[in-house]
Amino acid sequence: MAYVAVKGGEKAIDAAHRLLAKERRGDTSVPEITLEQISQQLALSVDRVMTEGSIYDRDLAALAIKQARGDLVEAIFLLRAYRATLPRLAESEPIETTHMRARRRISAIFKDVPGGQMLGGTFDYTHRLLDFSLAASGAAAPDAAPDTGVSGDETLPRILGIMGNEGLIQPERLDTDAAPPDLTREPLEFPASRATRLQNLARGDEGFLLALGYSTQRGYGRNHPFAGEIRIGEVEVVIEPSELGFPISIGDITVTECETVNQFTGSKSEPAQFTRGYGLTFGEAERKAMAMALVDRALRAPDLGEDVSAPAQDEEFVLYHSDNVEASGFVQHLKLPHYVDFQSELNIVRKIRADMQTDQTAEREEVLA
Amino acid sequence: MIDGYNFAYLDEQTKRMIRRAILKAVAIPGYQVPFGSREMPLPYGWGTGGIQVTASIIGSDDVLKVIDQGADDTTNAVSIRRFFARTANVATTTRTAEATIIQTRHRIPETQLNAGQIIVFQVPIPEPLRWLEPRESETRQMHAYADYAVMHVKLYEDIARYGHIATSYDYPVIVNGRYLMRPSPIPKFDNPKMDMNPALMLFGAGREKRIYAVPPYTSVKSLDFEDHPFAIEKWDTSCALCGATDSFLDEVIIDDHGGKMFVCSDSDHCATRCDQDEHNTQETAP
Repeated sequence: MAYVAVKGGEKAIDAAHRLLAKERRGDTSVPEITLEQISQQLALSVDRVMTEGSIYDRDLAALAIKQARGDLVEAIFLLRAYRATLPRLAESEPIETTHMRARRRISAIFKDVPGGQMLGGTFDYTHRLLDFSLAASGAAAPDAAPDTGVSGDETLPRILGIMGNEGLIQPERLDTDAAPPDLTREPLEFPASRATRLQNLARGDEGFLLALGYSTQRGYGRNHPFAGEIRIGEVEVVIEPSELGFPISIGDITVTECETVNQFTGSKSEPAQFTRGYGLTFGEAERKAMAMALVDRALRAPDLGEDVSAPAQDEEFVLYHSDNVEASGFVQHLKLPHYVDFQSELNIVRKIRADMQTDQTAEREEVLA
Repeated sequence: MIDGYNFAYLDEQTKRMIRRAILKAVAIPGYQVPFGSREMPLPYGWGTGGIQVTASIIGSDDVLKVIDQGADDTTNAVSIRRFFARTANVATTTRTAEATIIQTRHRIPETQLNAGQIIVFQVPIPEPLRWLEPRESETRQMHAYADYAVMHVKLYEDIARYGHIATSYDYPVIVNGRYLMRPSPIPKFDNPKMDMNPALMLFGAGREKRIYAVPPYTSVKSLDFEDHPFAIEKWDTSCALCGATDSFLDEVIIDDHGGKMFVCSDSDHCATRCDQDEHNTQETAP
């Protein structure tokens, strides 16, 4: 009977899982991809999955990408679900990006800066022409690359810090007393602190932030940004366990940091100052870090006495809709059966139609009478 | 059980946090308690709130029933039942009367629930005022002041426009005379079952990070007007399989010429009635 076929059942699910495994592997005459290959050659996918999956582990991210057949949002979901089962052992000290060993560092607001501009490996000035030599497998190794220009041990001064010495940019208030919020343990509450907002944006979907950041550039909550400084490189992660009483380094991570210099504020009593937006991601994710900084700045509108009129400035709108694991699940839950709600809607639409027909018939009879 | 994971998947600290939220929810019927919802291995929108509530209250001697659209054999119900069979190794059943915990999406079983049973609802959007006011900061204040005028206006506008209230599922209720509550997207047909129900009703919204509850024997009143009293949907026909006239019927299209049949949405209710019929026929047979 048709009715039985509509309802799925255990066999269908088992079969779907087996099919999925087969499709994931693809043609078995093609060698299986290794996690090392993904981690090395699809490194930026790994970086995105680590950033939005909120866990810094290249191997796990590569595994998630393989298991998800390259679907990065699905891979992020896999990593998040795994992350939720891990104990939280310690809070790190704030990472010190001023001490970053940078392999890329640029500023768009000064021609030269202390420590120098350093382009690093970037797509920026490539001509986007398909390179057919890459299509041939077993191609020769690329020409000897120049040494990665890593900044030395001396600290790399922050451009916005230099501006701050002159009082040209709003200082950041350091909130050292408050324990850092953890969105994975506590529900969002409004108004959210800036730390909470930044955490949400760091986990947020790159595409969503990109579109929102872009919208501010097109006039929906314009905040006039300059790329003050972007740096990519390695920083040390330090924890200070209370039972030890002194800090220990637990390893290095790669991060991308973006600080924007934005529209100045000022009044009769307060001298004019630039404001800033901040973006930080795991790995190399410059587009995400820049978009994050634009949206961070847009969300500061109420703090800076600006009107909240555009989507990117609307805290609830941005923070509630940035998470792609939440969004993907809820959009796709529409695939689940809804026959009961739909039946209720059918009943009511039929009833409204029948009532209207009765009314119209009655009216016509009145006219004729 | 799966190696490397705790009983019923969640770690004990998380379960404790969720149980505290549940206790608060039971103490303030209909009030939405924010909780630190975890990322589950099933997608948001597919029952993560209900799963976390069930995982926090389930014990090894519980008997679990999971339904979706009233049926035990829909794919997502199968998937969630398996999740608990794998992670908690608990007994599962399709019989409403045998279950100690029933996790449900979109229905309340036709069989009357008993004291001691717990029914866990999967909730997509917990806030009853959400379509009228998208901002959480606003709706929380409206609840604090019990300011539900916008909902009454919405229902009134329905009557003005269509002649009657046009909400057919997720029909708003007032719990214990105080909080406006979304019963989750159950058909309004099921709303009267909530009133003074002997079972404990728990509601979990994972993505929205809220838990709320209706304790046993609590008043649950569907919103209406004196001249437009609340009424449930009725069918002109009976179930094509068991002949029930008092159950919620799903319409099934059986050909492409407009042919259709109606069957019980509650698969256990339907199967039990069919079994009894067979039994009776055999007994009366010579």
